[in-house]
Amino acid sequence: MPQGDYLGMTLTVLDLDQENLAYFQHCADHDFHLQQCANEDCGLIRYPPGTACPWCSGREFNWVPVDARGTVHSYGEVHHAIQPAFRERAPYMILLVELDTQSGVPTEHEALRVAGNLVDADGNFATPDLVKQVGIGSRMRIVFADVADGLALPHWTLDEDGEQPDAPWRYPQEVNGV
Amino acid sequence: MTTDIDATAGKYLRDKYAIIGVGETTYTRGSGMTTRALGTWAIKNAMDDAGIPASEIDGMMSYSGNDSTASPMLAGDLGIRLNFYMDVQGGGSSSEALIGLAIGAIEAGMCETVVVFRSMNGYSQVRIGGTGARASVPVGGDALHSAAYGWFSAGQNFSPTFMRHMYDYGTTPEQVAMVKVIHSEHASNNPKAYYKQRVTVEDVVNSRMICKPLHLLDCCVETDNATALIVTSVDKAYDYANTPARILGVAGRVCKPRIDMHFQHGPISTVAGYYIKDLIYRNAGLGPQDIQCTGAYDAFTFTSMLQLEDYGFCEKGEGGDYVSSGIMRLGGERPNNTSGGHLCEGYTHGMNMIIENVRQLRGQVDDYCPVDGNGNKQHTFNYAEPSAGGGCRQVPDVEITQNLGWAMPGTGSSLIMRKG
Repeated sequence: MPQGDYLGMTLTVLDLDQENLAYFQHCADHDFHLQQCANEDCGLIRYPPGTACPWCSGREFNWVPVDARGTVHSYGEVHHAIQPAFRERAPYMILLVELDTQSGVPTEHEALRVAGNLVDADGNFATPDLVKQVGIGSRMRIVFADVADGLALPHWTLDEDGEQPDAPWRYPQEVNGV
Repeated sequence: MTTDIDATAGKYLRDKYAIIGVGETTYTRGSGMTTRALGTWAIKNAMDDAGIPASEIDGMMSYSGNDSTASPMLAGDLGIRLNFYMDVQGGGSSSEALIGLAIGAIEAGMCETVVVFRSMNGYSQVRIGGTGARASVPVGGDALHSAAYGWFSAGQNFSPTFMRHMYDYGTTPEQVAMVKVIHSEHASNNPKAYYKQRVTVEDVVNSRMICKPLHLLDCCVETDNATALIVTSVDKAYDYANTPARILGVAGRVCKPRIDMHFQHGPISTVAGYYIKDLIYRNAGLGPQDIQCTGAYDAFTFTSMLQLEDYGFCEKGEGGDYVSSGIMRLGGERPNNTSGGHLCEGYTHGMNMIIENVRQLRGQVDDYCPVDGNGNKQHTFNYAEPSAGGGCRQVPDVEITQNLGWAMPGTGSSLIMRKG
């Protein structure tokens, strides 16, 4: 049963949770995979892991490698952390990154929007200066934080090879220097 | 938006049920009592309000997040013999949903009169904001895709929705802050409100940042309290003390697609109200232009705005203009949360906003206005603060109200009532 301590939290993937077991094993291998519906008429990829296809209800699927690059669709920026170990990392960003893969499919506003924190290229939580460089439109690539055997969490860092916007969209008010 | 449905038809049980009694405890931080005692207190107040004895109540429903006491204990305490009870998991949006289920239980012949309650020590025991014991629980299963990222509290969970609305439509912090400003004005005329101090836009946008785009004063208050209301059929409703608040329509826990993680199905700045409006206005046989007073859930300033927009009270994207225009201020065209709501009165997952609208429909809102010899409020309709000679918060001649309940961006409920 993959289990480990991460930022003061005990993270656990139960042995009977087959979907999350496979998802986090791929993350531990630093090789991002998602489930693709095995129905030939469907074939859509889904996130987060689930037990059937949200588009055709099919229960059969295959794990497929997915190019984990995308664009920040929205974010939250936490200044008052709730969980104890996050307090020393505030401000920290919660990013929703829309993957290039399957963006706008099967309908205009649908996409694979993968959550994660903003980290630097080495996987460390972003400094306040780095936080200010990221906003809606920023180009990101995935980075993995190892937690335990069979368990790593995907995070996001600026894509050095991506074409970054001149000024990503940021919340319009800077208060008290934050 | 008005539908072409015959309002006299019996469909959807329109107008056949009513709320006959409402009650609550004092809003505090540190109640010093159990949720059992709090719940009993609120239900007893609702019974006294209606003038209904325990022998004429035979149903009870509640909701909680494992932070309350269940119906059998409270019914036993109060001498209520139950023909039906149900205690469900849930927070915001449960109040309206349970009222609908109470109607269904009565219609099915399972019982005749139902108490719905919510009892919580939301500050002194299980903190609604997620601090304390809740912040230290182990993380597993589906929460590995959220809580593991410090994406855990309601404000953290909702923030990408709120942020994207600003991006999509140019909504400003100052516009949204007006929700708090207006609700604080209403709360100043509410003797029950936990926060009675009026605040300004500057107060809101200069308060400390919690989770962008939410400042401290964009977030609701955490309080200890219980709330209760009593639902029965219209053929019984006129036997009791008050003018009934008749239920025209209800919708419960309506969801956006992909509710497991609704961000997968955009636009993410669209909320469940987009789907609810098709049900609730059909069921009630009217449209948003007919609503005179709203109770749009204000866990955060943004939640009121997003809901009012998606229900069609304004065009999509114009919520910032709507909430900052003065429409939803007392004296405006369609006041919202005249009690001060969750931002100011107290936090009880939407029940207090239904209670407020019931009192509005009776014309008997409990403000600072004088009471005549028959115990009736003599409203002045002066909405200035009490110290400035005001103190009223009654909406004049209000006939139809709507509650817009919120669990999260992807789930909501609604209730439309009329004066009986």
